[in-house]
Amino acid sequence: MAIESEVLVIGGGLGGLTSALAAAREGADVRLVSYKQSTLRQASGLVDVLGYTPDGDGPLTNPYEAIPSLPESHPYRKVGVQTVRDALSLFDDAVPTYEGEHTETNALLPTHGGSIKPTARYPAGASAGLASDTRDTLLVGIEEMVDFDAPHVAAHLDATGVPFDVRGETIRFPGDLRADAKVTRYAKLLDTNSEVAVRGRMVPAREALAQRVNPLLEDEDRVGFPAILGDDNPGAIRDALGDRLGVDVFEVPMGPPSLPGLRLEDALFAALDEAGASIETGNPVVDFEGEDRIEKVFIEKNGAKIPNSADQYVLATGGFVGKGVESDREGVYEPIFDCHVPHAEDRYDWFEGQLFGDHEFARYGVATDDDLRPLDASEHSEFENLRAAGSVLGGYDFAAEKSGSGVSIATGYAAGQRAAQEAR
Amino acid sequence: MSDAETPPETEFDPVAPNTGEEFEPVDVFPDSDDFDLRPGADSCYKCSTCDTNCPVAEVDDDFPGPKFQGPEQWRLKQSDDDYTVDDSVMDCSNCMRCDNACPSGVPLSQMHNTARGEYVSEQMDKLSVEYIRNRILANYRTSAFFASKVPRLANFAMNFGPARWVMEKTLGVTSERDFPEFARQTFREWWADRGGQAASRENAREARERRGLPEDADKKVAYFHGCYSNYNTPEVGKAMVRVYEEFGYEVVAPEQKCSGTPMFANGMLDDARRHAETNVSSMSELVDEGYHAIASCTSCSMALRQEYPELFDIDGIDKVAENTFEAVEYLRIHEDLKGEVQAADVDGELAEEFAYHAPCHSRNQGLDRQAVELFRDLDGAEVEDVGDSCSGISGTYGWKEEKYEKSMEIGEEMFEHMEHAEGDTGMTECPTCAMQMEHGSGYEIRHPLELLEAALVE
Ligand SMILES: Cc1cc2nc3c(=O)[nH]c(=O)nc-3n(C[C@H](O)[C@H](O)[C@H](O)COP(=O)(O)OP(=O)(O)OC[C@H]3O[C@@H](n4cnc5c(N)ncnc54)[C@H](O)[C@@H]3O)c2cc1C
Ligand code: SF4
Ligand code: SF4
Repeated sequence: MAIESEVLVIGGGLGGLTSALAAAREGADVRLVSYKQSTLRQASGLVDVLGYTPDGDGPLTNPYEAIPSLPESHPYRKVGVQTVRDALSLFDDAVPTYEGEHTETNALLPTHGGSIKPTARYPAGASAGLASDTRDTLLVGIEEMVDFDAPHVAAHLDATGVPFDVRGETIRFPGDLRADAKVTRYAKLLDTNSEVAVRGRMVPAREALAQRVNPLLEDEDRVGFPAILGDDNPGAIRDALGDRLGVDVFEVPMGPPSLPGLRLEDALFAALDEAGASIETGNPVVDFEGEDRIEKVFIEKNGAKIPNSADQYVLATGGFVGKGVESDREGVYEPIFDCHVPHAEDRYDWFEGQLFGDHEFARYGVATDDDLRPLDASEHSEFENLRAAGSVLGGYDFAAEKSGSGVSIATGYAAGQRAAQEAR
Repeated sequence: MSDAETPPETEFDPVAPNTGEEFEPVDVFPDSDDFDLRPGADSCYKCSTCDTNCPVAEVDDDFPGPKFQGPEQWRLKQSDDDYTVDDSVMDCSNCMRCDNACPSGVPLSQMHNTARGEYVSEQMDKLSVEYIRNRILANYRTSAFFASKVPRLANFAMNFGPARWVMEKTLGVTSERDFPEFARQTFREWWADRGGQAASRENAREARERRGLPEDADKKVAYFHGCYSNYNTPEVGKAMVRVYEEFGYEVVAPEQKCSGTPMFANGMLDDARRHAETNVSSMSELVDEGYHAIASCTSCSMALRQEYPELFDIDGIDKVAENTFEAVEYLRIHEDLKGEVQAADVDGELAEEFAYHAPCHSRNQGLDRQAVELFRDLDGAEVEDVGDSCSGISGTYGWKEEKYEKSMEIGEEMFEHMEHAEGDTGMTECPTCAMQMEHGSGYEIRHPLELLEAALVE
């Protein structure tokens, strides 16, 4: 016997979660298996569709308009503009705490580095911080959190020419947490509103934080904090702080480890659960059986190989960071099915001399046909019942284009939906 | 005895551990100052994903988190000869959540277990109250063994107010908690009374006949019941036996000791190894004979599957790890469990809405969703997941006086979700999570195997 389903999705990142969700909503019996946690916990939690062209032009106002002129190898070209739109509708429906669906235009959001980023969807918690909003802004940094130096970020933002005044102040987080307290520590304190000691008196954490910020506020209309405002109840925490300060409160998305990424992951898993899919995380898929069709794959658990079989499979194991694409001195490869990964023969052609140069490896990943089936070296599909989605795909550089989440969602949606249709 | 029942020629006794001539345990730590935290340390790229998963770092200001405890501490040890393991490693609850998180496959819990072993063996005062207390808590099996001889007296004495006050004051065992009750009859006593392996073989044979399976189908499992289902909740062990027999499996209950989980968590690696040796020797010969090792406690299966091979080099250890499964998981792989559950229904005592909590150690084996998904289509019962937080007790962690508050703070989210869940009965695979759930909510707690028994066994 094997554990059976109609559609088996391998990988629990944005690509895999969207695939599984799309397939489940098509009515298929779906199982998602993932090894470790996805790169969402390291990503900002912003959903970028396309911020810059591959040539570096941008920031783009309308990402959808730019898609038809992308190179043919680009994953967006495989699925088409309409699918990108449909995929984002699925996302909007599954994650109602995100905003941005009211327009096709990219929103401009301040980042924790003080730059402005074009993005298509953003968490509700970030929405009062939009750079197109002209209200004056106070940014509050936490002394112990060196990743967000508020005065510095404010100066950077100011230099980009934002249409408002922006100032940064740094406070000690009430309760004197350890110097390298985890983001989850701040979040938990605020979530539970536990009491912290402030000058010998016990005060609920939200109250104490507002007390610290209040005297610093001049006549700004909104206050931005690094994204630490709760894990379970971020909305309630923002409201509570906003009430006490008499302003709108927002979060600036942070680098890893990222609470907005973590919240997004939770929301998607909850949506998937709701849709009735089976989920297993913690063990890798290591092997498979089959020739032209994949018959079953094997999940490894401490040496035991557990067979899982399905009619259709989606490969959403991520790129170099997620371990869906690997490389050694010999070459670049896809480790589970050994799908072909086109790459330069000579290792020295994989990258450029400069750190931020136009590195080829950034675009390495499997190539597919228009149905997202991985192609072998002679451009035939590797397996008739395997599709690939997310950053395991090649042909685009998400970091340069600012298209990471968008590609994962669009290709995940397309792969999941088609797999489900075929399995019926 | 008929011919069919004649045991094979060998001396093989599935119930006794194989402590024969060939058996020679090898020590990974030849001398105790040779702990190596290294494996995988270099793969860490400091993304801090592990830190966002640590339930202790979430509530404890003094705990620097898994990234520090593991790879960073290892680097410090390498660069500074005088660096000794930081005492904060004793605050890690060994929930192993960090392990499951790391995208780079750094074996964090292994690093913590070895660091803790080094700390306890080299830095901890063996006469200190903390050491003695930890040792008593870690060796639960020994106390349980004696208590089970006089269960009524033990149940009374262990929860006797003045005695508990003394335990808290002198030993640092919190008096907030009730000690688990000892069963009047242990699982093993029940098993022996019932006729042991011979009875199981007969039951399995009848079930195979009923199901139209071949007479000689190779279906046999060795049950690792662990301490808790033996001394405290034998109903779980009985459910395991009955469910397996129902599917035509012959069950044996080999000699066994504690899985070692509480010992790992307290840095008592020598104690853990002694127990592991018995367990591995017991199980490894059975595995050779075609048995699979089945556990109903997710910390026990975790220990046999992952922690043993990570920490010890005992003959047969990898083979045992590869052939160990959690009880429901095994049936999901080998039987059409889903189909049978869909066709079944429950009434009576277990026709309930359950508030289910997935133990951290089940999460780490990829089993955290199993009960919820399996019982989705079962008529008469409902299983609702109460979220993915840690229960907070983490075995012995929540029994320590100085950790009690933190343990309850970690569990807060689970208690809240339980309260909001439809049902007033809890469900989990882990005995200590069950204690915490009961303590925080007042609910009675059942094991998925009990529900499976109610659904599938006549
Ligand atoms: C630091 C960082 C910052 C980013 N910031 C942004 C941003 O601001 N905006 C934006 O739009 N995008 C951003 N991205 C990109 C975006 O997060 C990713 O492109 C997207 O999340 C990738 O999703 P994925 O599902 O394709 O892959 P991943 O998230 O990598 O997920 C792959 C999953 O597959 C699993 N897996 C791997 N191998 C196996 C196996 N053998 N068996 C089973 N499972 C397996 C992994 O454990 C993992 O869970 C960022 C990425 C990084 C790394
Ligand atoms: S085992 Fe649990 S408590 Fe210990 S460091 Fe890892 S996540 Fe934290
Ligand atoms: S999750 Fe792994 S790679 Fe990331 S900081 Fe922790 S140990 Fe290092």
